[in-house]
Amino acid sequence: MIRNLAVSGLALAASMTAAAAQERVEIQWWHAMGGELGTKLEEIVKGYNESQDQYTVVPSFKGTYPETMTAAIAAFRANEQPTIVQVFEVGTGTMMAAKGAIYPVYQLMQDAGEDFDPSSFLSAVVGYYTDTEGNMLSMPFNSSTPILYYNKDVFEKAGLDRETPPTTWAEVVDFSQKIMESGAAPCGFTTGWISWVQLENLSAWHNQPIGTLENGFGGLEAELTVNGPVQVQHWTNLAQWQKDGIFQYGGPGGGNDAPPKFYAQECAMYMNSSASRAGVVANAQDFEVGYGMLPYYDDVEGAPQNSIIGGATLWVLQGHDEEEYKAAADFFTYLSSPEVQADWHQFSGYLPITQAAYDLSTEQGFYDQNPGTDVSIKQITLNPPTENSKGLRFGNYVQIRTVIDEEFQALLAGQKHAQGALDAVVERGNALIREFEAANK
Amino acid sequence: MKRTIFGHRLLPWLLLFPQLAVTFVFFLWPAGQAARQSFLREDAFGLKTEFVGLANYAALFRDPLYLNSLQVTVVFSVAVAVLSMGTALLFALAVDRMLRSARAYTTLIVWPYAVAPAIAGIMWWFIFNPTIGIMPYLLDIAGYDWNHGIDTTDAMILVVIASSWKQISYNFLFFVAGLQAIPASLREAAAIDGAGPVKRFFTVTFPLLSPTTFFLLVVNVTYTLFDTFPVIHATTEGGPAQSTNILVYKVFVDGFIGLNLGSSAAQSVVLMAIVIALTAIQFRWIERRVEY
Amino acid sequence: MVEKRPFLHLLAHLVLILGVLIVAFPVWLAFVASTHEPTAFTSGVIPLLPGSNGVETYATMLGTGMSTSGAPPLGLLLWNSFVMAMLIAVGKIAISILSAFAIVYFRFPLRSLAFWCIFITLMLPVEVRIVPTFKVVADLGLLNSYAGLTVPLIASATATFLFRQVFLTIPDELTEAARIDGAGPMKFFRDILVPLSRTNIAALFVILFIYGWNQYLWPLLVTTDAKFYTVVAAIKRMAEVTDAQPQWNFVMATAVMAMLPPVLVVILMQRLFVKGLVETEK
Repeated sequence: MIRNLAVSGLALAASMTAAAAQERVEIQWWHAMGGELGTKLEEIVKGYNESQDQYTVVPSFKGTYPETMTAAIAAFRANEQPTIVQVFEVGTGTMMAAKGAIYPVYQLMQDAGEDFDPSSFLSAVVGYYTDTEGNMLSMPFNSSTPILYYNKDVFEKAGLDRETPPTTWAEVVDFSQKIMESGAAPCGFTTGWISWVQLENLSAWHNQPIGTLENGFGGLEAELTVNGPVQVQHWTNLAQWQKDGIFQYGGPGGGNDAPPKFYAQECAMYMNSSASRAGVVANAQDFEVGYGMLPYYDDVEGAPQNSIIGGATLWVLQGHDEEEYKAAADFFTYLSSPEVQADWHQFSGYLPITQAAYDLSTEQGFYDQNPGTDVSIKQITLNPPTENSKGLRFGNYVQIRTVIDEEFQALLAGQKHAQGALDAVVERGNALIREFEAANK
Repeated sequence: MKRTIFGHRLLPWLLLFPQLAVTFVFFLWPAGQAARQSFLREDAFGLKTEFVGLANYAALFRDPLYLNSLQVTVVFSVAVAVLSMGTALLFALAVDRMLRSARAYTTLIVWPYAVAPAIAGIMWWFIFNPTIGIMPYLLDIAGYDWNHGIDTTDAMILVVIASSWKQISYNFLFFVAGLQAIPASLREAAAIDGAGPVKRFFTVTFPLLSPTTFFLLVVNVTYTLFDTFPVIHATTEGGPAQSTNILVYKVFVDGFIGLNLGSSAAQSVVLMAIVIALTAIQFRWIERRVEY
Repeated sequence: MVEKRPFLHLLAHLVLILGVLIVAFPVWLAFVASTHEPTAFTSGVIPLLPGSNGVETYATMLGTGMSTSGAPPLGLLLWNSFVMAMLIAVGKIAISILSAFAIVYFRFPLRSLAFWCIFITLMLPVEVRIVPTFKVVADLGLLNSYAGLTVPLIASATATFLFRQVFLTIPDELTEAARIDGAGPMKFFRDILVPLSRTNIAALFVILFIYGWNQYLWPLLVTTDAKFYTVVAAIKRMAEVTDAQPQWNFVMATAVMAMLPPVLVVILMQRLFVKGLVETEK
């Protein structure tokens, strides 16, 4: 990589003078980064294309994460797949099982002869994407973890310390009540991603299993276990808090109604991806934002453990020729260079994926100048990951996410109790996992 | 039946070719593929395929969510048909009394036919938006807490209103035509017998409108079965808790998002059976003869 | 009018005025929303009267589009919708009138089979065969093309039946006379059938244009390249944004622009529209 950067000046000059000197190998990269992140991504690709004269990466935006993934799969069936596709973390199980469709990254790097050291990546990040033998199957690109955002001004108005976020759920409730009683804001907290934040991360944060066989890392036969006492207690609480007005529901999936509630100072606290930071800062115009780790129940043994990641990785698909794979490998080396990674991390709020990128950001004084930006890294590395907190890997998990949303809605609508809703998540989720197992054995 | 015809052999096939080619490539072949797929189990990438007989169908009819979807579809269809036809009939009866202003009123009522269901859905979604919409604001004053993100009934009401709003114009036009076809003498006779307007409507007008009503019922059911897909997709996406997940939306979600091709194909076949039944009804009992 | 009842008459007017208002209500609100600044929506309830930001909103949408949701300028979206609607309407009419001509004026083996093949398309709406049809279009390399957008929607049993109906009412004497004059079938078709079906073609065109313009699911699936997005299919992408509130003024401006062309068609060509609707009965 360093070789590449060193010659980039020369290469740039060469590519400008001799445009037709050499036929460049072109590869397609389908991604799901819209808006600001998409612009930044295109900038990175442009930087790569200009840094050398052999390969051209063509990025195309394909919509949301599920849309991008299904588009790539449909394209694969029609034999028109891109070389690289960005797939979100819950699609990992599906991609991993499709042995004939994917080109594992560790093998790609090996075959292309790239200098590739898996141990330079943050284990909390790559652990999610390695197989049981420790081989890295996809290239981490944008990983994040949920954190707590809070409105410092509202905290102060309610007579709370503006520099102290709540650390436990008891404090969340206590603070919310003070905020609501004092009239500082009509609602305590809201959240994006019920499934990811209030179930998967809740489980990992309290060291509770999400499923058997190491949360599904151990094989396709895994079963969900999210109907344990901690999860049931939390969902019972959420339903009650929603009735009391402490908590406001932001909708299924990413929870599109949640951020406006926080921006409009309706809700004083807000849990969502660390990558939402740029959006939060841009939209929180009339107040100051504070950051904290996710709250936990202090009566649960082992909490807080560590949180798990979300976001997406880059998968390489089969069916292209050697030259194109060389291009992909070369591009990945560029992407994981400390400079590119640190730049992307600092801009977006996604986690740095290598130790070097983290060190570089520290060196540059980024965390000192932007307090709160390292909450996510601290939270994800709080403790060495256990079987319950290194991530999850189940087939058909994209659909299981939908099931979680539906059962949560049934809970809020009063159709079910938390136990019933979570039992249903487990039952319906297991049926989907069995179906996946049957189709992929 | 024409008595005078032309005698070419090849020409008619040339004339039919474009229509038949499109029909075969984009209708019959894919429909056959759907039928075939419904007996298979396949992974998302199409790498492994296995024949499973009727397993997909069996799973479907055992699946409470599919049965729920059937039920949702029935409720949705009936509600849209009743609401849009009832409103349209009321407007049509009113217009039927007008002489000079009938045309102006008609113009002002029929134009939503041209609004795409997706656009209609988005507009009503906006109007009922729990945070900024005007309707939840008014309902809140009336003491009702509207939230179609959580409340399943609210969500159903929303999609019913959005789908009916667009369909009023169509029903209205056919009711107006139906009313005009009723001989004035019949209603006059009833009036002379001393029947008031309400009684006249139920004893004379409505029975004579029944062919129109029945025709519209079939059309409206077909409309809610298929053409309302955009309304659902642009607004509730089948939620909350699958309370607005109509059959055609489920086919899409399970096939395109869930990538469960076998189940999605089996659902397609069931839907085809429903359409065939509806088409048969439409042609057999509404006297649109197909023999030629 | 059966008898004079001023009260009933007044009631009828009231019902109709109420009806007109109900029908116009959402569109009015959409228009109002499109003329306000985005901040008007975060502060609570939307206003009921137009604001002053309309020109900017429409200028932005027409000029630059919404880059944050991958939507190109409205002009391109509207153009794509127009092309799609025209191709579908013209295509459907062309292939239907030809097949109706073949079925009515010729006797050939397998004629009834051909007829039933066309008839069966009535029973296969795109929604029930989306997955395999998508695959066919992908295999043919038609994703992200105008052909892929339109050709799969072009087969039409209703239009064929309509033309068949029209042709059956054309007296045999005309055909007889044409044959005596030595006119071949295509000359007869061109000089007699098409001119006689002119108003039917126009009426059908109005309905099919609206049908084509309002397509949603199909364009959503086969276009992944923003160059081919249509305005109706693009609106969902605009209303659905991650980590932020939808920019309702832009979304509603798009909605207004998306419905304007077909609504104008209905209002300006009301007579043809009603004729088309009644004739196709679908």
